Amino acid sequence: MRLLAVDASGRVASVALSDGKNILAEYSVDYNKTHSQTLLPMIDEILKITETDRASLDGIITSKGPGSFTGLRIGAATVKGLCNALRIKVLGISTLEMLAANYLGAKKLVVPLMDARRNQVYSAVYDCDGEVPKAVCGDKARSIEELAECVNALERNVIFLGDGVEPNREYLEKNITCGFRFAPAHLNLQRAGSLLAIGAALFEKEAVSGEELEIEYLRMSQAERVRMEQTGEKVIEKDCINVESTGKDHA
Amino acid sequence: MKDIYILAIESSCDETAASVVVNGREMLSNVISSQVPLHTIYGGVVPEIASRKHIEKIDYVVNEALKTAGKELKDMDAVAVTYGPGLVGALLVGVGYAKALAFGAGLPLIPVHHIEGHISANFICHNTLEPPFMCLVVSGGHTHLVEVKDYGEYKILGRTQDDAAGEAFDKVARAIGLGYPGGPKIDKAAKEGNPDAYLFPRAKISDSPYDFSFSGLKSAVLNFLNKEEMTGHTVNVPDVAASFQKAVVDVLVSHTVEAAKEHGFKKIALAGGVASNSALREGMRLACEKEGFELFYPTPILCTDNAAMIGSAAFYEFRKGIRAGLDLNAVPNLPLGSAFPG
Repeated sequence: MRLLAVDASGRVASVALSDGKNILAEYSVDYNKTHSQTLLPMIDEILKITETDRASLDGIITSKGPGSFTGLRIGAATVKGLCNALRIKVLGISTLEMLAANYLGAKKLVVPLMDARRNQVYSAVYDCDGEVPKAVCGDKARSIEELAECVNALERNVIFLGDGVEPNREYLEKNITCGFRFAPAHLNLQRAGSLLAIGAALFEKEAVSGEELEIEYLRMSQAERVRMEQTGEKVIEKDCINVESTGKDHA
Repeated sequence: MKDIYILAIESSCDETAASVVVNGREMLSNVISSQVPLHTIYGGVVPEIASRKHIEKIDYVVNEALKTAGKELKDMDAVAVTYGPGLVGALLVGVGYAKALAFGAGLPLIPVHHIEGHISANFICHNTLEPPFMCLVVSGGHTHLVEVKDYGEYKILGRTQDDAAGEAFDKVARAIGLGYPGGPKIDKAAKEGNPDAYLFPRAKISDSPYDFSFSGLKSAVLNFLNKEEMTGHTVNVPDVAASFQKAVVDVLVSHTVEAAKEHGFKKIALAGGVASNSALREGMRLACEKEGFELFYPTPILCTDNAAMIGSAAFYEFRKGIRAGLDLNAVPNLPLGSAFPG
């Protein structure tokens, strides 16, 4: 089964190809070009170098959010277009779960964080000591203070990773009371290969059509939020996805 | 000669649209998913909301366009997409999708300029129309007076220096309580009003005779409304709508006709959302009759943003051998008339 993986949700654009067992190619770029310019040429490149006919692709695994709104849409538009043309299905996986999967097998808890602007980070806490990462604190746009509170309450050793680490490094160093480490550069990257590692086994059962693929923004648009605040409507945001038991979630 | 089938996609503002067009002239389908009701509560298009809707709707709209045309993707000769100008987030959805669709299906991709699309809507509605002609493109985002020299060859003779004509309609409509979108609402209200009730200014720009300016007119209307309110007068809304509309139409008509005369054109075309405006159509018709010019404009549905017009423009680009690469990007302020890649 040939699966293509695509991630354009953060600063890095990443694509990977698997034959069902092995990852045949993985290509990640963290460079100052828009994903719109890089993503499809990268897909073309890994198909070419692995002599893969695009018509032989059986499916796509992609990060469905959270992340940069525009990046997520470039990824989703590309995936939807490919799915429609090739008549294949897609499996969407949380971007934060994908990041956590860089540490699959680790005994420590894994804390992926991505810059969410407005003084927030898209973040979660995952237990990676299993086949797939298991959310301990669900995906949410939260302040770094709230995340630190979540992490400290768990009283476990943790690893921080993702493009949200750097802007918050100092804060975390000062305020995290349990044992912690920051991921080294190669494990800090968003990698499409991680989507294949955790998604391949789920694909047959959980994949949907391209049209059914939905982005998890975890946040309303600014205009909607402002309007709801003005009209006094309650701002309801879909948050804390991906967590089975909310008992441990301090959100 | 073999017929050329193009699947075209448009997502530059708040309509998600797809269409199948044959040989640039015959439209087999024209599917438009409009977001107008969604943006009405905000009084204008909210870019992030528009982008979110595009990504939700694009598969449906494209599949519906193929289905209505009775065609499949494999029957197409090319995929075409608007890559600018427009809202960048909105454009990116169409561009990303079209690139991947074309890549997956092994089809060439044709990049299309949104305004070139509006102009080309006339080719679908008027089978005999051929360049050269003078075209007035007027919409919520654009006001351009364009010399259409040949298919895909344009020279901009005049443009707005501030607000687009449609933008002025929206702002004045809001001020007199008609709401959004302003164009159709003012058009309707004006039918009950006296266009000579008030005299609003017609801006002339001395060093560029074909350029437009509508912000002075808009301010004049707003100042007038303020003054009337302060002095306790109630304004007659239809009269204000009609008088404002006449001021806009007068300038649009006189610039277009002057330009056509000076450049020796016998044909004038209208394009863009404001080309549906009944006063503009009537004013232009009378002026053309007087000068002996032929007048063309698209049906109302092809005046709004749609993908059939993109499919028409794409056909002529396709014939010229213009193809986009996999790295095609959205260009929010893409100039008209620049050769691809711009």
